[in-house]
Amino acid sequence: MSFLKNLNQESIVLAITIAIFALASLMLPGFFTANNLVAIVRSVSVLGILALGMAMIIIGRGIDLSMVAIMAMSVACYLQMLGSGMGEGTALLLTLAGVIAMGLINGILVAYADVPAIFVTLASSSFVFGFVRSQLITTDAVPVPTAHWVEILGGLRFFSVPVEVFIFAGLAFATFLFLRYSKWGRYVYYAGDNPEAARNSGMPVRPMMVLRYVISALIAFIAGVLTAASLHSINTRIVNSNLLYDIVLITVIGGIGLSGGKGGVRNVLFGAALIGIMLNAMTIIDIPLLYQNLIKAGILLGAIIVDGILNPRDEQTAQQGDI
Amino acid sequence: MNIIKTLMAASAALTISSATLVTQVSAAGDPAPEIYAKAMAGKRIMLVPMAMGFDLAQGWAAILKREVDAFGGIFETRDPNWSVEAGAQAITEAIASENKPDVLIIMSPDMNSYSKLMKRAQKAGIYVILVDNPANFKADAYVGSDWTQLGRLEAEAVVKGCGPDSSKKIGLVQGDQVNATSLFQYAGIMEVLAKYPEFEVVAKPDSNWDATTSRNVTTTMLQQNPEICGVIDFWDGDASGAAAAIREAGKQDSVFLVTTGGGEKAADCDLIADGTYGAVVMTDLAQETHNMVAIIKYLLQSGQPAGTAAPYIYTLLKATTKENMKPDSCWDLSALQAEAGQ
Repeated sequence: MSFLKNLNQESIVLAITIAIFALASLMLPGFFTANNLVAIVRSVSVLGILALGMAMIIIGRGIDLSMVAIMAMSVACYLQMLGSGMGEGTALLLTLAGVIAMGLINGILVAYADVPAIFVTLASSSFVFGFVRSQLITTDAVPVPTAHWVEILGGLRFFSVPVEVFIFAGLAFATFLFLRYSKWGRYVYYAGDNPEAARNSGMPVRPMMVLRYVISALIAFIAGVLTAASLHSINTRIVNSNLLYDIVLITVIGGIGLSGGKGGVRNVLFGAALIGIMLNAMTIIDIPLLYQNLIKAGILLGAIIVDGILNPRDEQTAQQGDI
Repeated sequence: MNIIKTLMAASAALTISSATLVTQVSAAGDPAPEIYAKAMAGKRIMLVPMAMGFDLAQGWAAILKREVDAFGGIFETRDPNWSVEAGAQAITEAIASENKPDVLIIMSPDMNSYSKLMKRAQKAGIYVILVDNPANFKADAYVGSDWTQLGRLEAEAVVKGCGPDSSKKIGLVQGDQVNATSLFQYAGIMEVLAKYPEFEVVAKPDSNWDATTSRNVTTTMLQQNPEICGVIDFWDGDASGAAAAIREAGKQDSVFLVTTGGGEKAADCDLIADGTYGAVVMTDLAQETHNMVAIIKYLLQSGQPAGTAAPYIYTLLKATTKENMKPDSCWDLSALQAEAGQ
């Protein structure tokens, strides 16, 4: 019983992940091969990178719903400028300036204007999509110019592992170091757990919050570049897809509470592993997409219910500002 | 003096009457332009595609605008941006508005979502033309592809692309399980493959029309079945993903990729030329749009109430490969837009 008491969502998800992995390795021919394992990690790399940014925001008690819009639209904009003959440096600088500006606007509105993050980023998501789509680009899909560095990046392999896997690993490690060992990283937890107390004790809660939204915008841009690198084009239709929910799913299923102050990079990795393994196994079995979504949702619900039973909410654990 | 006056009056009368005579003769020669102009001038034509942001919709709009402007009509578009609700709202507003359109051209997102709305439009006296996507509804005309036939052509292309000495194993990347275009395409493919019993479909995942998903499922499919000789992806909008998976597996030369699209140069012909696609079953976009124009001109002059007849105007489909590709196989979106001044 004491073993059960110690179970939290993180360990439940880890157990489910290991169980599915073991089952798939035994039952599915071709699942437990080096190539397939690389394909699994690769398939969740971009998702995982986005989830790292989201995790940092959520731990600091916020949410960023504009990530997918910034990811797709910044890269579409960049490629469009290149396609119309603008110089590499100018195009990249303008795009980065735009990305940082959006992060700043999100952060300042949340931190200084005290508008709830969910509304700010929902609005900025629509704004970024609408503005770029209507003013700057002419079609949904923008191709990468031939022989451009983005295209070359997509073909890069080290030990026949795609480059985005290494970038995911690198960013995960950097985020881990930031959250665990840097002063501002530790502050993220304090600010997420109790913003008032953190502020009263002298932490720069507001500038830190702005910084987090800028970082998440930059992470979204990196994820967009990697998507374009692999597909040789970026399709802005992705803004309407359920990618955003998948990012939140990975973050939350791994055990990062939406109320903030809890969790870390490890939770993102567990969440990403579970989704990656599940999707891959279901594709191998050839389960239609409708059922895949149903199973995915079922497992998420299951994890939340088990967590709710094992760790019931009470006045001590509940927090003000819970989403 | 009187004589001169009389003569002048007479000659003037003569000139006038002869002038009237001339106009009467020419009018009697061809009354048609006036009838045509009367029926067409000021008529409102509204296009509601699934989104304005992709090649087909932009191609239709460019040609329609040119034609509607020429007969003195008013051409409008609405951009639901892939949202079924936004499209439904656009149609509802069009029906309710004071200046309601005379012809609604609708690309339905699925079989049923707009059926009731389109019936309401017809009741309000608006002609409804369905384009590209079939729906459960008797439109005043369906203009677009026969998707079953499209699937048949894709299957024939992949059978030919694989060749008689190949593994004869094929993978499908379907769209989804609700859209008529995906379901009918699948039916057409399976119908043809039944004629070639030695060919086998080894996997048929869905992409949900998303390129990244298409890449991930194709990667898995190729790893599970390394001997696959051909892949059919159900839309060129996401086939860039299947193409990436094939490229990354180093199988460009051994896997023949077939897809379908509107025949836009950058989306289709350029990628056939560089070997990304083995074959693309293309809709002749210009012909398809001119079919719409002909139907619009007919309906507006017919005097028939909306919903009288429900003809199918299928566009000619063709599987284009590197071998049969000609300089005019594709159309150029940027050129068409420049011409239409958009």
